Amino acid sequence: MKGEILIKNAKLVDGRGEHGQADLLIGEGHILSLAGGDAPTVLDAAGRVLSPGFFDPHAHLREPGQEVKEDLKSGLTAAARGGYTDVVSMPNTSPVVDSPEVVRALKEKAARIGQARLHPAAALTQGQEGKVLSEARLLREAGAVMLTDDGRTNEDAGVLAQGLQYAASWGLLVSVHAEDAGLRRGGVMHEGEVSFRLGLPGNTGFAEAARIARDLEIVRYVVQGPGALSLEPGRSLLHVQHLSTRRGLELLRQAKQAGLPVSTEVGPHHLTLTDTHLESLNPIYKVAPPLRTQADVEALLKGLLDGTIDCIGTDHAPHTQDEKELDMLRAPFGIPNIEVCWPLLYTELVLKRGFPLPTLLERFTDGPRRLLGFPPIHLREGAEASLVLWSPADERPVEPHTFASKAKYSPWAGWVLRGWPALTLVEGRVVYAQTVQV
Amino acid sequence: MTFKSKLLNHEEVRRALTRIAHEVIEKNKGSEGLCFVGIHTRGISLARRLADLVEKFEGKRVPMGILDITLYRDDLTEIGLQPKVRETRIPFDLNGKAVVLVDDVLYTGRTARAALDALIDLGRPSRIYLAVLVDRGHRELPIRADFVGKNLPTARSEVVKVKTQEDDGEDAVELWEMEGA
Amino acid sequence: MSESATPTFPKHLLDFRDWSRPQVESLLETAQMMQEVLSRPVKKVPALTGFTVATVFFEPSTRTRLSFELAARRMSADVVSFASATSSTTKGETYKDTLRTLDQMGIDAYILRVDAAGVCHQAFGWLQKPIINAGDGWRAHPTQALLDAFTLREKLGSLEGKKIAIVGDILHSRVARSNAELLPMLGASVVACGPATLLPGHLIGASLTTNLKEALSEADAVMVLRLQKERMDKGLLPSLPEYIAGYQVTEERLRWAKPQAPLLHPGPMNRDVELEGSLADTPRSLVERQVANGQAVRMAVLYHLLVGKKS
Repeated sequence: MKGEILIKNAKLVDGRGEHGQADLLIGEGHILSLAGGDAPTVLDAAGRVLSPGFFDPHAHLREPGQEVKEDLKSGLTAAARGGYTDVVSMPNTSPVVDSPEVVRALKEKAARIGQARLHPAAALTQGQEGKVLSEARLLREAGAVMLTDDGRTNEDAGVLAQGLQYAASWGLLVSVHAEDAGLRRGGVMHEGEVSFRLGLPGNTGFAEAARIARDLEIVRYVVQGPGALSLEPGRSLLHVQHLSTRRGLELLRQAKQAGLPVSTEVGPHHLTLTDTHLESLNPIYKVAPPLRTQADVEALLKGLLDGTIDCIGTDHAPHTQDEKELDMLRAPFGIPNIEVCWPLLYTELVLKRGFPLPTLLERFTDGPRRLLGFPPIHLREGAEASLVLWSPADERPVEPHTFASKAKYSPWAGWVLRGWPALTLVEGRVVYAQTVQV
Repeated sequence: MTFKSKLLNHEEVRRALTRIAHEVIEKNKGSEGLCFVGIHTRGISLARRLADLVEKFEGKRVPMGILDITLYRDDLTEIGLQPKVRETRIPFDLNGKAVVLVDDVLYTGRTARAALDALIDLGRPSRIYLAVLVDRGHRELPIRADFVGKNLPTARSEVVKVKTQEDDGEDAVELWEMEGA
Repeated sequence: MSESATPTFPKHLLDFRDWSRPQVESLLETAQMMQEVLSRPVKKVPALTGFTVATVFFEPSTRTRLSFELAARRMSADVVSFASATSSTTKGETYKDTLRTLDQMGIDAYILRVDAAGVCHQAFGWLQKPIINAGDGWRAHPTQALLDAFTLREKLGSLEGKKIAIVGDILHSRVARSNAELLPMLGASVVACGPATLLPGHLIGASLTTNLKEALSEADAVMVLRLQKERMDKGLLPSLPEYIAGYQVTEERLRWAKPQAPLLHPGPMNRDVELEGSLADTPRSLVERQVANGQAVRMAVLYHLLVGKKS
């Protein structure tokens, strides 16, 4: 059999489990064979693992309008280096992504860039102002995969209810930044022992839980109230972004057990860092929702394992170095992480804590794809060749100056990680190769 | 530190101070306008004794003050040193006075230099003399004493300890050797 | 020389996290020494000749800046001052830019007052020079706590086993936070008291209560904090009369404390708001001693952070 790329001796692991070693023949954008064949490009992947490409349901690529922080090219290149083949970009840009024209323009530009594929999320309400719903049907037609007012909180419960009903009628998922704006009281870090000692305004974890509790009742209203929608079974209606608290997790677990169509994600920072990192008073750790406590981290890990948490969403949120060197009150919220997310969680969760590798992979691949209605990519003949080859043995420190992202700083700078992506393929095309072995 | 020898005993200290008192009176042509300022710690005891001796010889009390020079030193270089600032008390007007600064030992000259600065901050004496019980040499600054109880050539590894009745329970000058020198 | 060896000191005074009890004791002892200098007819010594100290205040504060500048001058340091009523960031310049610019002018140490917790820590990272925190947001005001400790010891002797009550807006108070760090280090127990909305959920070094009687009961000293009137605008307090009814320190309420327990206030005072106005003029008020001691304490801080730092 003839193909374009032959990846020999790769260990296959996907969200279903480990599938031994194989010689993958890739051609016409697909996996042609697991039993080798002929190809002009042959890579020896001995000692490396081949997995489906990662899918990020939550990243801030800052285009249009904030290209000083990040743009499609730097962001999607960073994603490809991080092993991502697909990225959902958040619409809280300048202007807000709330029109089909902008969605189309972003998709076209991303296609020309030819790195990771872009799936724009569009605003739930026009201008993300929380008042008038955006054009869900036209946005979907243009390529939007999700509606969200992320970056802002949906303070008007009525508008959110209408938004859920309307988006669902056009098959679009709505995701929410679940924090009660009043309860978080301008906090710049987790409210607790550390914030009280540091004299920084705290944002209580209950601001998240309270908002999730409210939103779950809104979902209940939408699916159980009068004129309730009938949803495609298994599809989520409301997606809670960047879950950070134990209590929020408990609420979502109960809701899922009760059969509510909800889903959630967690970011790498909420799994590996806590509010004690703020002891350094370095705004590099300033993020919303804030870094919580170790008890929250433990709960989130359990939730990630038992499936209460559907997927890893990076919430990659680049800002300029100057902005992040403002003080704790003025520096913007956000941590850039898309390039380190996989090696970070592979090292910290799988290697250090025994988290099952296939489960973690599921949360990077099948989980987010299922959420957004994309078919899963599993390593078998005929599957789409959007893949990542990564190195479980390749150990090196996080060196922010080497990032493709414009945000060349990282709270994990200097952390020694394993699992670095070596090769990322999008539909059989190499978009990132750490070292070219021909 | 190890003790090496006693250089002056009680009687020799007494004789040296007596001689200095006489020399001061002679140089100043009496006790008019004269005052003594002792530098912490043993300079104070010595200054008080010189004032007493001048009173005994001249029948008139001359004023006496005490001076702390800690924060005037130019060798406040070691971070972590606890400064021991003590009282500075000059209960009289320095202007136009002939001041005899009194210290126990003259060595590098840095204490005397600091004392001059501290004194000049407080007024404008007509002249300043320096009186020391022991001059052990090794000057690092162009400073000399006007009145010296005893000149003692020493090595840098040696330490000269002046003891006074008031501060130490006995009058003596001792020579010690620094450890490891 | 009669100096005795003491612990080496941190390179900055940002808060007390890097300070040990022996270091603090030594610093307070030096402050005692500085009192001697301040009692002299010429209140000036050449210990910091050749040093240039900058006071950089991004928040208005006349008295703290004056106290620091006098302290530096009495040690013969050159003093330059940069004051910006509005934060420089509103003019588009960041703290980092402002400090880096100043740093080109040959400054040896910075005394910094800012509205945001942590800027002093950041500044040390940027400049790698001695930084003295003169108040950063709600976080810390370490020289205020040092002068409070110094004043309390002057009055009470050792603070071992002493109960110090702090009354007022604890949540937003850098003075309360620094005292809660420092006073327990010196053996005291601290009780912080204020309205529920102005108390943090937790404060290391202090026990918290909304009950004024409980706080003042058997207290050896009472520290009253200034009530920022803008708290009313944020909805944290219903009204001034409401605060006064619950938390004003009055002569009558002071009877709950030990007889003649001294009264401290970091200033500036709102007479008849946080405390009964006439109390400030009674002998039990140490407010004026605090101001006087502030200078000696700041001289001691400058001494320990700077002397010997010049290469």
